[in-house]
Amino acid sequence: MAEPLLKVEGLTRYFDVSKPWLNRVIEREAKQWLTATADVSFEIARGETFALVGESGSGKSTIAKMIVGLLEPSAGRIVFDGQEMDFASGREMRALRKRFQMIFQDPFASLNPRWRVGDIIAEPIRTFGLMSGAEVGREVGRLLEVVGLGAADALKFPHEFSGGQRQRIAIARALSSKPEFIVCDEPTSALDVSVQAQILNLMRDLQDEFGLTYLLISHDLSVVRHMSNRIGVLYLGRLVEIADGRKLFSDPGHPYSRMLLDAVPDLTLSGRRRRQVEGEIPNPIDPPPGCAFHPRCPHAFDRCRAEIPQPKRRGTGEVACFAVEEGKI
Amino acid sequence: MPEPLLSVRDLVVEFPTRRGVLRAIDKVSFDIAEGEVLGMVGESGAGKSITGAAIIGLIEPPGRIAGGEIRLKGERIDSLSPETMRRVRGRRIGMVFQDPLTSLNPLYTVAQQLIETIRTHLDVSDKEARARAVALLDRVGIPAAARRIDDYPHHFSGGMRQRVVIALALCAEPELVIADEPTTALDVSVQAQIIDVLKEICAERGASVMLITHDMGVIAETADRVAVLYAGRLAEIGPVRDVIQAAEHPYTQGLMGSIPTLAQEHDRLVQIPGSMPRLNAIPPGCAFNPRCEQAFERCFRDRPEPLPRGGGRQVACWLYDRAGVAHG
Repeated sequence: MAEPLLKVEGLTRYFDVSKPWLNRVIEREAKQWLTATADVSFEIARGETFALVGESGSGKSTIAKMIVGLLEPSAGRIVFDGQEMDFASGREMRALRKRFQMIFQDPFASLNPRWRVGDIIAEPIRTFGLMSGAEVGREVGRLLEVVGLGAADALKFPHEFSGGQRQRIAIARALSSKPEFIVCDEPTSALDVSVQAQILNLMRDLQDEFGLTYLLISHDLSVVRHMSNRIGVLYLGRLVEIADGRKLFSDPGHPYSRMLLDAVPDLTLSGRRRRQVEGEIPNPIDPPPGCAFHPRCPHAFDRCRAEIPQPKRRGTGEVACFAVEEGKI
Repeated sequence: MPEPLLSVRDLVVEFPTRRGVLRAIDKVSFDIAEGEVLGMVGESGAGKSITGAAIIGLIEPPGRIAGGEIRLKGERIDSLSPETMRRVRGRRIGMVFQDPLTSLNPLYTVAQQLIETIRTHLDVSDKEARARAVALLDRVGIPAAARRIDDYPHHFSGGMRQRVVIALALCAEPELVIADEPTTALDVSVQAQIIDVLKEICAERGASVMLITHDMGVIAETADRVAVLYAGRLAEIGPVRDVIQAAEHPYTQGLMGSIPTLAQEHDRLVQIPGSMPRLNAIPPGCAFNPRCEQAFERCFRDRPEPLPRGGGRQVACWLYDRAGVAHG
């Protein structure tokens, strides 16, 4: 196999959620830590779309932020194209950052309302010193056309556009530094379905045209199924399964993946009843011991309550589950 | 045919602004039968929530109902005094909103809020009201209801809070429940639980439901009939199975095609070009005509009214005029 474009090993991030020092002393409480992401490892090959799915609080966005360098990991390493990310070295990070970009969920928050669209898109070009003078303007016009808007739109302000058009602007900005890798954090969850379809189609076309690699973060399984080659399922900060897109939907391994698939509303009216899912995601400050999913898992046994399962190979993917490991399901 | 529980006829809702009057709802008509679940879908700005707000008399001024009528069991409720409407709201029509934190008061315990609502509408003692509240919380699936009833809303998780809101909407035994995006703020695994609770408990009590959502999947498994709104107008209404499997209005067809599904793999999603017009820029004729691939000359001239298509179905599209024969 060729060298993966992105490799993540043992990625972990804690957040300090303790009360202020004085309160802790008076109330005799210890420091409290929230583990947003624990020991996450995966690889993304060049040109593929890797998706991370999970419910709120599963650590999806924390991983995305660490990969683009907006958050420093507490432990673990991120290797981009053979080069390890060194958060201490500003110069190296800057050189790397040019090669990846991010598209955020809310196009109403991610575009500066006081800037003209042209300046928003030109910012990465100017920051990285890729072009100068009149060239920049021509490039902005070209990018706007690539994402299905017009070159004349560069003079407008973000509020003159609808949600879908703003997301196109955000995509044009992400493309402007000619990146190889784009992290898309819930790119369509703020949009209506008919507009979502336009954006998803556009993202696919751009991938083919520019040979982009995507990390897609989403909670919507049908979007993930439509877009990705491989999928990682997160639960409470840990990867419970990695599988090929098709495989995950035809033959999910981990009980949580099965539960997620069962919970998707059925549009085909096959009369399939959604299976009732017991309980809710536990509090990440105080996760259950052993496998974090065991209180909701129909297959849980003693070992699940005591040990944390590690990812084990299953077919072309990986599953972290004792019941699967011991052949019980 | 028995009289419908709720009947909405030619409803018009307008919002005066400095630059003229905006029509958010433009002559929408539909019925909800007793015990029926009517789904209402549409994209943001289509007027789903405003239709719900108009029914319970909560249109924010300067917005107003500018035409048409709304009847609950034959009795007009769109022109009641605020005082009388307040007794209808809560007592006869319950509401579930999208965000449970905005419909619960953070400064009162769940018990205080439920008991107050029950005693406002029903003539029962404090003790009786509390017993009812506990039974209801238990019914919507809150574990240890008798103890947790004295907790504050922030003690509950998102899914549990939405259960409390459902209990609150149902505690005065309303005939109709309007649920506006009840599961949009929740995770998928919790979403299924909430939809089930809402559906079961309304069926048990014979309450009708108007379910407002943008999620066709939720409609598919919950509703009996579905109404599709576009730019404040009714595009199509009919039994859920018919509309989902054989949509007739070009907008509904495009909408259904643009939803990625788990079942099949497609290279590209069907996409409807453009986006919904703003309320101040609705084109003459059919509001969908700029985005419709099958639009012809008449669509740009006359506005189509919903045409009956048999089987309780109505479609507002000129393609189906001429006594049901589609144009080529």
